[in-house]
Amino acid sequence: MSFKFKVQGFKFMRFGIYLCLSVFICGHAILAQSDGSQQNKTGRGGTFAITNVRIVTVSGATIENGTVIVQNGTITAVGAGTAVPKGAETIDGKGLSVYPGMIDAGTTLGLAEIPQGVNATMDVAEVGTMNANAKAITGVNPHSSHVNVTRVNGITTVFSAPSGGIISGQGAVINLNGSTQDEMAVHSTAGLMINFPRISTFGGFGGGFGPRPTVDFSEAIKRRDTQIEELKKIFKNAENYSLAKDTYAKDKTLPYTTTDLKLEAMTPYIRGEKPIFFTVERERDIRSVVKFVADMKVKGIIVGGQEAWKVADDLKKNNIAVIYTNIYSLPVRDDDAYDFLFEGPAKLKSAGVKFAIGTGDAGGEVRDLPYHAGLAGAYGLAKEEALKAVTLYPAEILGVSDKLGSIEVGKMANLVVTDGDILEPRTNIKYMFINGRLIPLTSRHTELFDSFKDRK
Amino acid sequence: MRNFVLASLVISISLISFSIASAQAKNEVLIKNATVMTAARGTLENTDILIQNGKIARIGKNLNASTSAKVIDATGRFVAPGIIDAHSHAMMDAINEGSLAVTSMTRIRDVLNPGDISIYRALASGVTAANLLHGSANPIGGQNSTVKFKWGKPVEDFIVADAPSGIKFAMGENTKRSSFNPQGGQTPRYPRTRMGTLEVIRDAFNRARDYKQSWDDFKAKKTKMPPRTDLELQPLVEILEGKRLVHAHGYRSDEHWNLLNLADEFGFRIASLQHGLEAYKIAPEIAKRKTGVSIFADSWSYKLEAYDAIPYNAYILWKNGVNVSINSDSDERIRRLNLDAAKVMKYGGVPEEDALKMITLNPAMQLGIDKRTGSIEVGKDADLAIWTAHPFSVYSRVDMTLIEGDTYFDRSKETQMRADLQKERETLEKLDINKAPGSGGTPPRIPAEKRLADRDDADRDGGNY
Repeated sequence: MSFKFKVQGFKFMRFGIYLCLSVFICGHAILAQSDGSQQNKTGRGGTFAITNVRIVTVSGATIENGTVIVQNGTITAVGAGTAVPKGAETIDGKGLSVYPGMIDAGTTLGLAEIPQGVNATMDVAEVGTMNANAKAITGVNPHSSHVNVTRVNGITTVFSAPSGGIISGQGAVINLNGSTQDEMAVHSTAGLMINFPRISTFGGFGGGFGPRPTVDFSEAIKRRDTQIEELKKIFKNAENYSLAKDTYAKDKTLPYTTTDLKLEAMTPYIRGEKPIFFTVERERDIRSVVKFVADMKVKGIIVGGQEAWKVADDLKKNNIAVIYTNIYSLPVRDDDAYDFLFEGPAKLKSAGVKFAIGTGDAGGEVRDLPYHAGLAGAYGLAKEEALKAVTLYPAEILGVSDKLGSIEVGKMANLVVTDGDILEPRTNIKYMFINGRLIPLTSRHTELFDSFKDRK
Repeated sequence: MRNFVLASLVISISLISFSIASAQAKNEVLIKNATVMTAARGTLENTDILIQNGKIARIGKNLNASTSAKVIDATGRFVAPGIIDAHSHAMMDAINEGSLAVTSMTRIRDVLNPGDISIYRALASGVTAANLLHGSANPIGGQNSTVKFKWGKPVEDFIVADAPSGIKFAMGENTKRSSFNPQGGQTPRYPRTRMGTLEVIRDAFNRARDYKQSWDDFKAKKTKMPPRTDLELQPLVEILEGKRLVHAHGYRSDEHWNLLNLADEFGFRIASLQHGLEAYKIAPEIAKRKTGVSIFADSWSYKLEAYDAIPYNAYILWKNGVNVSINSDSDERIRRLNLDAAKVMKYGGVPEEDALKMITLNPAMQLGIDKRTGSIEVGKDADLAIWTAHPFSVYSRVDMTLIEGDTYFDRSKETQMRADLQKERETLEKLDINKAPGSGGTPPRIPAEKRLADRDDADRDGGNY
């Protein structure tokens, strides 16, 4: 059975237009059901050639008709006149386009299967305010249904991160494929997550109906300042801790410092070796993040960033990028323009701030990532920039652009072949590769579809 | 009546005295040279739409209007019917009366806020009408309101006067209050299971049947005393008489199935299953009962009863001949229903016009307002949106939204409006009462709290989505 036929067989099942025509297809359908929808199929590796295809490299010019070669997980050739290696499985890309896999830089995918009402499936937020040692890579479920549902829409990679307390833990850049967390990991500890203290007049949930209690505004400022001071203390402690550990390593006659996992985990971040992701939205709070980053001499990234464009100069001066997760959010104030948040990325672009677009989603709607980018495109962002905002830019911000984000020789083969603009909701994904493996375009959803589409 | 006769007389005289065109010019709009997606008779290129007195008067090429008509050049742009959201909680100051299992006496029309900014944001995304539903904490909830988003008009103008009345039902996790734990001293509200939910509905209809009987007996002069009016049971009698539409929230196919059976037993039709995320599992049974289904395009897994939801739901229902609409249940999502309809083409392959109908004509049918709105056809209300590109394209934006020929959103006016607003803000900020704390002014007034969540289960309202 040739590869090409399998794909056609799959198409039959999806669209229900034709009856089962061969033993293979029927066999495949039965397999899909008995497989159990939780199990993510991991595809198969090998040497592949995508020929006659429009190559949207993202990093360079688009090649209208070319070939992409994938070998052992890597892109080994890209170009118009590229020869197909012997023994390569060929995918005819006539009329199709190949894009780098999309990257969502703001998710909790794999940590939250069913957010409302099923706590047993929730691994997003640890107890307490300081959990630098909590690592998303150890909480992500490789067999989550969100993995297969998300990737079949062209998203090959996500940044999944915890979100509880103030220092939430460390996020991981993962490919949406693999039987173990190791197989998924692109960068298992890519950043430290901090819910930066903000001015909030929140005064508790109150009881029953009626308006919620609030605290006085000046009280809210005091509360925020106290929290920032506490955060700085933690940073100072972590600095002292790592200094003590280093000094002891050089001179064993000095007193030994017992290991503190939470402070230990802070070391690469307080030293500015790895980035800290600050979740923050409002101008005044972003300004205080900028000050914090400058004061503490750390590497900072803004997540959320509704009003980041208002702080553009300071963000640029301090090399702070923004992962913008507010396309599917409502403007906070009634008198904000209706498209205030749709225009965020365009404003960041024109102000020259480094940015990416993420969904900020728990998992179920991460597959909408292309439409977040596309909507930014409807409201002022150039189409090419919208595409970069979910491919190359997140790769750069997450520190994985040596491996991901564009179609270039030597990069990891995360590729998506489509029949149209990848950001458009009517576009179909035809093939996809993650880390060079050809991934079946099945999911929990296609399996349920197959089970019920012909029920009379 | 006398006024009406007088008015008719005046109009007749005008018609005689002046040319017909000038009489109609009072409210005449001509949209020129658009790609018109009718949601009824295909897509028409380079086509004009003539609107007279709020109605679509003509659709065709090179139409003429009177000299005083407002002319909109829509060259290169798309005109589609105004989007209708069959499940929304926009402009509602309260969502759910959650204290009783049956709250059929409550009415959404009593809590409408015509100043809710969500209305304008929805208009800016091409939405012209919505079904405003009570929450889903109750097996039998309150009475819904069908409205058009006539931003700036008094609230009574929003209500579609000739829309059939309706009511919200609910099944599943929300009615059994699975996410709502009684605090100390509070008694859990019955029901707590799906079994109990169904029995609450069965009991209510038994009582309604008895109540109806007592009125029938009185009307037939079998009894002398009129029965006492019962505000809880009266709407249920209207359901039994086929005069009130039931919009039934639910997720799992088994609970839909139970409700459809119960409706069969009492001899009424469920107008729409709301959410219906597993409706695809029993599509033929739903089709047989001519029950509509109003779904999310692709939301899933946010709670357990949404775990088997699939984006192919619309396709399977459509293939079985079910009337499908795609709703938002959210002040945020209502802004991108056009993209939700586009997704339906991708998941299974619903044809373009049928996908468009799922956010226009189909919801109009589910709400019983399809005679006046939901498609671009002569004689219907001119409820339209003008898009910069194909409305299913992610890069498309709404330029104008019209309801009954009047413009309620016009993007070209935004620049001026924003400048005006900025000026107003600056003036207000200078007022003593609005000075920042510590700078001499009196403390600012805290504005009334907004709803925090926009789906049914805003926690303080005790509903659920």
